[in-house]
Amino acid sequence: MPATLPLDSVGLVIPQTLHFDEPLELDSGKTLPHYDLVVETYGELNATRSNAVLICHALSGDHHAAGYHSMSDRKPGWWDSAIGPGKPIDTTRFFVVCLNNLGGCKGSTGPTCINPDTGRVYGPDFPIVTVPDWVRSQERLMRRLGITQWAAIVGGSLGGMQVMQWAISFPNALRHALVIAAAPKLSAQNIAFNEVARQSIFADPSFHDGHYLEHDTLPRKGLMLARMLGHITYLSDDAMRAKFGRELRAGKINFGFDVEFQVESYLRYQGASFVDRFDANTYLLMTKALDYFDPAAEFDHELSRVFAATEAEFLVTSFTTDWRFSPARSHEIVKALLKAGKRVTYAEIESEHGHDAFLVPIPDYMNVFRAYMERVSIEDATCA
Amino acid sequence: MRIDHAIISDWIAPNSRVLDLGCGECALLRELRQSRNTTGYGLEISIDKLAKCVEGGTPVIQANLDQGLSPWFEAQSFDYVIMTHTLQAMRYPEKLLQEMVHVGREAIITFPNMGYWKNRLQFALGGRMPVTNALPYGWFDTPNIHLCTVRDFEALCADLGLRILGCEMIDSQQRSGRWMRFAPNLLGETAIYRLTAA
Repeated sequence: MPATLPLDSVGLVIPQTLHFDEPLELDSGKTLPHYDLVVETYGELNATRSNAVLICHALSGDHHAAGYHSMSDRKPGWWDSAIGPGKPIDTTRFFVVCLNNLGGCKGSTGPTCINPDTGRVYGPDFPIVTVPDWVRSQERLMRRLGITQWAAIVGGSLGGMQVMQWAISFPNALRHALVIAAAPKLSAQNIAFNEVARQSIFADPSFHDGHYLEHDTLPRKGLMLARMLGHITYLSDDAMRAKFGRELRAGKINFGFDVEFQVESYLRYQGASFVDRFDANTYLLMTKALDYFDPAAEFDHELSRVFAATEAEFLVTSFTTDWRFSPARSHEIVKALLKAGKRVTYAEIESEHGHDAFLVPIPDYMNVFRAYMERVSIEDATCA
Repeated sequence: MRIDHAIISDWIAPNSRVLDLGCGECALLRELRQSRNTTGYGLEISIDKLAKCVEGGTPVIQANLDQGLSPWFEAQSFDYVIMTHTLQAMRYPEKLLQEMVHVGREAIITFPNMGYWKNRLQFALGGRMPVTNALPYGWFDTPNIHLCTVRDFEALCADLGLRILGCEMIDSQQRSGRWMRFAPNLLGETAIYRLTAA
């Protein structure tokens, strides 16, 4: 909890809920007749409506990207390191929009909401949503906010996939695409990790085929296990060694199965605290959105053809110790953009933080990020 | 404009696609964009220099040239592939030269000429490795691991089957003139070559 708000914070923010009545047809063939999107905005939209930046969140993210909801908040929004006055996404220059995606559990329509058809909680009956579905819903949000073109769309990991999808689906709706720690599609290993996470949720006796809320319970063990597994893939071997090593909680081994090593304690804590703030059905949906993302599939798996019609300029960033979406995966994106003759800048940041690095204010990363966003802002000023 | 940049700029056709290897802070690419309306990219290994390129609005790829160009670029995707004062610091200069004319229609290369009379003098009379403005490092801390003379370079081009389309020399006073062509290996401190695949 901050005693006073830091000067480079966007301060206290209030999320707003926007209702959409126009039915949304999903890739699965199902339709959402109407839905809500919860949104936070920071900064002011300028007179020419040309300074809007959209933030796309990753697997466990939400609309609360920066600032605080109350003075008693323990932590600011999930990307407070990059969003605020004087930060790379400078809220004195940009009007920043972040939403909770459909299928989420933080207020946008998702599995914990009431299904209007049945009057019961959606639970496992919430349709599977894809990255293109999300981007279509975000495009409606854009129009609702009176924005015709984003100055930039920015996202890390699964958020970076949405950025790419935007550039592909709505080429002239964005001027800049910042794709951070992402991949053009999941590898078999990525899908395998997601599948183990899903199976651990399914195996929880409290899961009740996804109807746990109606049974007034939660698949705590399963979701906790899924998150613990996820955390291992977000950190690098080096980061784990540096953070925990083989340190013992009690200073000696006890020849038992209670928590002994610090890393066990960390993972259990991360898993347990996640259960209190996240919904298991949403977790399942998010992993599926990741697995299905493959924009090149419709183009003979030739990624450069996917990018052929894009108009945005790209900044692609990767981190050296990220093994979930390694630099090699970003190379695939960059190479395809180069082949398509698009304007792209690529930065490979030295970091020991693994996949999580995209949320860490590493100086080299912040410098490039800030320099790029400054260009976006200057261009905007000269256009206006 | 620096004289080497001016000479390179003269060789570049308007509206062409340019790749600059080891582009530093993208000064040359910015000049070429202004004077020749070029498009293209820089390649740079240093993240600090890359941030400067980004500030200047030039697209740049962070990459290690010792890993070659084939991981990034298709054959003949540029009109010109430029590399200024970098060849001598490369692990595999001969491979990179071949990749340059593979990825681009023409390659433009500048390098410090070890045959320059001041270098020869320092070596012959002083008996020590030359240290000049163009080669400011000591033998122990130099990044320049593959220094050559103009004659060495031309011999390599002949071996690799590369055709020399043009060359210019610059002396330590930053002068370049026809008179240097009588003895380029003696009078040129910096050599600038324009090559293509034969």
